[in-house]
Amino acid sequence: MTDWSIDGSLTLGPRLLFRGALRVEAGWTCLMGASGTGKTTLLRALAGLPVAAALAGTVHRPERIGWMAQADLLQPHLTVEQNAVLLERLAGRKADPDRLATLLGSVGLEGLSRRYPHQLSGGQRQRVALARALLQDAPVLALDEPFSALDPATRQQMQHMVHGAVAGRRVLMVTHDPAEALRLADRILILSEAGLRVISPPAAPAPRRVSGPQDWETLGQLAAAVAG
Amino acid sequence: MMRGLASFAITLALWQGIVALGLLPAFVLPAPVAVIETALKSRALLATHFAVTLIEVLSGLFIGAILGMSLAVMLQLLPPLRRYADPVLAASQSVPVFVLAPVLTIWLGYGLGPKVAMTVLIVFFPVLSSLTDAMDALPEADLDLARIAGASRWRSVRFLRFPHAQPSLASGLRVAATYAPTGAVIGEWIGASKGLGYLMLMANARSQTALMFAALALILGLTVTLRAGVTALMRRWV
Repeated sequence: MTDWSIDGSLTLGPRLLFRGALRVEAGWTCLMGASGTGKTTLLRALAGLPVAAALAGTVHRPERIGWMAQADLLQPHLTVEQNAVLLERLAGRKADPDRLATLLGSVGLEGLSRRYPHQLSGGQRQRVALARALLQDAPVLALDEPFSALDPATRQQMQHMVHGAVAGRRVLMVTHDPAEALRLADRILILSEAGLRVISPPAAPAPRRVSGPQDWETLGQLAAAVAG
Repeated sequence: MMRGLASFAITLALWQGIVALGLLPAFVLPAPVAVIETALKSRALLATHFAVTLIEVLSGLFIGAILGMSLAVMLQLLPPLRRYADPVLAASQSVPVFVLAPVLTIWLGYGLGPKVAMTVLIVFFPVLSSLTDAMDALPEADLDLARIAGASRWRSVRFLRFPHAQPSLASGLRVAATYAPTGAVIGEWIGASKGLGYLMLMANARSQTALMFAALALILGLTVTLRAGVTALMRRWV
């Protein structure tokens, strides 16, 4: 298993956003924190994407990384199918048509492969983004608030779908939503000026429902952390 | 379409009416009926000159569009070329290309060459700049896809930037198609023995105003058809 980690510091001007070592472990890790603490910067640095902050130190990552952002990043002039294979094309690989068809079916896009993004609902568009990320067959996925633009019902549906689809891969997701972290996370990290803090999610296997006073307490803790 | 035809018919009727009042002599403004009569009488002459202009316009439009698109792509692929070309292109945008027509005649003679070259120049810049601006304007977030995939510059142009620029390229090509006939006609004005521009000058010198208007109508018709053709082609492609 290739290491996915950062060891060093991220500074934005005079501000230190992160210092230390973080290794993304198997399962689903949620990265939370107040606005402007540098969650997305940390995620992007781990994904090997350019950041405004200065990185001192080293990042280890697998060659292939799956990426889902808040926006679906679908190209308006490409069909569902063409959008789904876009990352493969950009990487200079050819996608196996059978595998593509199976994958599109498994994320609920059967029969929609020739549609254009403007003909899809928000949830369907995000499923195309999911298919695009999964088709790369990357061992790790970096998710930057992928569900935040969806309506609550669609969001829950997509959380379950993604959770099932990415089983066995390492996932790091930035989120603002305490309920989302509680539902999906195997490990919750809070980023603040004081550094990284770990909050344990409930013991039940994810995806889980919020139930009982203990979960309420965790939710409250997370909400406080996000509020800063 | 119907509305366009109706406006066209009303304009012609107004024109005919003004001429019928007898306020303007026919050598200043001939009646539409007289223009049509002349056009029919001189159809062989008009057709010969129209064919020449058509060839100039089509080849100029084609070559100019290909050159504009190729250079736009090359500028994306080769940053050093971009750094050199940007100021040159910005400066050349402010040169009215028409003033180059006499120079082109010196360089390329009096045949098809300078007319095609004039058309190429007129087509080249709107195509180049519309495509370049739109390829530059690919959102940063979309560019993350190329970075995540580790895409080469060529592949991010081919699969992200160029497709992203399609609508803008289409409008650039429409503008180019509108200006292309102007380029050819101006080339013909500077020095030619064939073409609708030449025919207009000749008819002007002989006070054959109706023939001049007939040639003008053909140029307008060519422009409108070309624009519609490019629009239809783009709709199919985009």
